[in-house]
Amino acid sequence: MARVKIDNYAYRDMPRLGLRGWLRWIWRQVTSMRVALILLLILALAAIPGSVLPQWPHSVSDTQAFIDEHEFWGPLLDRLGFLDVFGSAWFTAIYLLLFASLIGCIIPRVAVYWRELRAEVPAAPSRLDRYAPVTETSPLSPADAVAAARSELTGRGPAPWRWLTGHRVRVDERTGPDGAPQLALSAHRGHLRELGNLVFHLSLVGILLSVAAGSLLTYRGQALIVEGGSFTNAVVAYDTYSAGALFSEDDLDPWILTLDELDAQFEESTGRPTSFTAYATLTEPGQEPREVEAQVNRPIQVEGAKIYLQGNGYAPSFTITDSEGNVAFEGAVPFIPQDDVYTSTGVVKVPDVTEGEQMGFKGTLLPSALGEGADAISIFPDAENPVMYLQMYTGDLGLDEGVPQNVYTLDESQLSPVRDEDDEPVVLELTPGETVELPDGMGTLTWNDLPRYAAFDLRRDPSLPWLLGFAVTSLLGLGTSLFAPRRRVWVTAPTADAADAAATVVTVAVWSPPHDQGATLERDRALAAACDRPRPASIPPEDDE
Amino acid sequence: MTAQSLSWLALWGATALYAIAMVASSMHLAKVADAKVAAKKQRSLVAAGSQDATAGESAASPASAFRRADVHSKARGIARSTMIMGALLQGVGVVARGIEAGHVPWSTMYEYTITGTWVAVVVFLVVQSRRDVSYLAPGVTGFATLGLGLAMTVLYNASTGLMPALQSFWLVIHVSIAIIATGILTVGAIATVLQLMRDYRDEPLSAVPTGGLRRLRVRWRNANVRILKGWNWLEGVPSPARLEALAFRLHAVGFVLWTFTVMAGAVWAEHAWGRYWGWDPKEVWSFVIWVIYAAYLHARTTQGWAGRRSAVVALIGFVALIMNFTVVNLVFQGLHTYSGT
Repeated sequence: MARVKIDNYAYRDMPRLGLRGWLRWIWRQVTSMRVALILLLILALAAIPGSVLPQWPHSVSDTQAFIDEHEFWGPLLDRLGFLDVFGSAWFTAIYLLLFASLIGCIIPRVAVYWRELRAEVPAAPSRLDRYAPVTETSPLSPADAVAAARSELTGRGPAPWRWLTGHRVRVDERTGPDGAPQLALSAHRGHLRELGNLVFHLSLVGILLSVAAGSLLTYRGQALIVEGGSFTNAVVAYDTYSAGALFSEDDLDPWILTLDELDAQFEESTGRPTSFTAYATLTEPGQEPREVEAQVNRPIQVEGAKIYLQGNGYAPSFTITDSEGNVAFEGAVPFIPQDDVYTSTGVVKVPDVTEGEQMGFKGTLLPSALGEGADAISIFPDAENPVMYLQMYTGDLGLDEGVPQNVYTLDESQLSPVRDEDDEPVVLELTPGETVELPDGMGTLTWNDLPRYAAFDLRRDPSLPWLLGFAVTSLLGLGTSLFAPRRRVWVTAPTADAADAAATVVTVAVWSPPHDQGATLERDRALAAACDRPRPASIPPEDDE
Repeated sequence: MTAQSLSWLALWGATALYAIAMVASSMHLAKVADAKVAAKKQRSLVAAGSQDATAGESAASPASAFRRADVHSKARGIARSTMIMGALLQGVGVVARGIEAGHVPWSTMYEYTITGTWVAVVVFLVVQSRRDVSYLAPGVTGFATLGLGLAMTVLYNASTGLMPALQSFWLVIHVSIAIIATGILTVGAIATVLQLMRDYRDEPLSAVPTGGLRRLRVRWRNANVRILKGWNWLEGVPSPARLEALAFRLHAVGFVLWTFTVMAGAVWAEHAWGRYWGWDPKEVWSFVIWVIYAAYLHARTTQGWAGRRSAVVALIGFVALIMNFTVVNLVFQGLHTYSGT
């Protein structure tokens, strides 16, 4: 079998990389800082379309409208994943590559870190001239001077605190650059910074894993409960329900939630909402029923799940009799608020008539109506003067085909509006408690009363504590990795004239990144300790350039 | 006087004072630049005369070193006093707005702007109290004047009660930290702009090559360098390395706070909307900002990117930050739309 030629053969005599060599090269590229950096920038760029273009997960109707409106671009962008950026293959590829780069970079660093912690710090450089050393004559002996500097640099406080905040130190007896014997102290600090860096990056991996685990173990559902009504926690009871691959429907606890009252408060003058509270009774299996409350920022806690109050509105209740006088429909119908003053729309479907055609109604509810007929508007969200307009349809509701239907819209394909003598569509206008005769003796319609409903979101996500934990460790790690200093301090003292204890010439130098302002102070403190002077307290004024 | 009119007057007063501070601090900066050039000349003369090794207590700063704080001018006093007065007055204005509204003053764009510019000025004053960074003053006061002016004229809206979704103590935590992060990153961005200007000013003009796009690019670059060379006040600004160090420290603090902002936002979203992350436009942009600043931190330590390129990345981050506050609030539809006007 011919060998796969993947090398660049432009240079005939160069050694060949081979497949393994190439793989190693690719891996090295992926884990290099430069590629990580470019991936980060691409990730930022790639996220932007997700905020500009309509997205499927946010709004199906907006996205569909966008596709319909832009005949060429719409379907093209859709196919390329731009209308679901955060679920698209390319976005996923970028962040997975980024995490591969991160892991490939961090794991070896953990190993290096571990080895470095166990090894001694490197000895002081033989010449300190490069590091702007400071020199002073100390009254202490060389050994005492270096010991004093050592205890200053190792730090204060209990052992773990000292380990975190102090330097790791070694002292050598050696021959100095001038040929004379000297004591050379080398102090390194930066292990805390690197620890923070590693913790931060590993926490990011933890966050990613938690999110992934969460999406497998989560379930969420939506349910709408009318005042007085109740909801049993089972898949069939949800209006919408979705669950992760590893969540079993059998794990749903069959608790029952009854909505006693939905209290909506509005500002008297402006009609702005001030508070929504759902008062409910929760009955968990084997327990006494208990009173619970849900507010917008305060979900109800149930065993392993949370119930969020996400919306509310009016659910007018009707009783409709057919031409035979039998009750064909009875119940509350949730209407969807369309604006800030709760002008709401909804439909009533009456399939079970004794004889004749099925009936459908399109309703508009004005909670605080002002004006007459077609000009009437609602002026306040509370039900101060509720008026309902119903347009009546007859025909086939299309419910028998077994195709799931939107409960908030009428399928008008097989329905026709009922018309009066002038061929105008019949619009029934009524107020709560009122009963109207349907045209042509088709029966009666009574608007009984006007309860509110609450729209709840239910969600269980067992990954949340993990997510929070990793978020906290990543924040701590980040802070440490940015603010813990990385410094090297060196102290040398010649020991040749040790007999003359009052004249040890101590030299101290420090190295640190340019943004580290405390380094000079550290150096001066080590020098002060070695010279038995009081500890300088503040940062000395610095040069401008 | 009602809290509303007090707030209004105090904020206009602060705007005027910042405008004065901007002019005065610019004049002072020009003076510092002159003094520095003079000191440099002096120093080179002295250095030529005697090569004195002054090993002693302060080896880090030779005796003839230039100190910004030693340059005195009337403008400096005016800049300093107007800025402090302005910050105090703006503080009164912000607090009065909070009292008038009955909640923390950062629930709308207007409130966010008046509080955010105030934080930027306070951050500057705090740094200034520890070390002389008066070269940042024209930028900071300019930003504050512009921000406040826009807030008062365009963004102003009467205070209202909090809508239910905002009634949470996370409004206090999440948004206040976001504002502080924005203030700090703003000062950091100003330092970065000065760093880049100083850096290119010190650059020699490049030879214009023959041919096409590269020729245009080099010409454009040379034109800018020439302009920067003409701006003598830039002499009054520290060296690019020093500005980079300062900008990094500010950006580091800002980045940690921004990380906290995003996390606190996720916790709040979990409480209020039942999901911690939903790629709402505001969330997308907060993420984008976070990623860009993360890229900046990596760029600083990457060969070929440290210095200028990393500075550019930081500025892109700042542009995204401003975008997040303006375009995202006003144009994009999302769950954060109540923060608009």
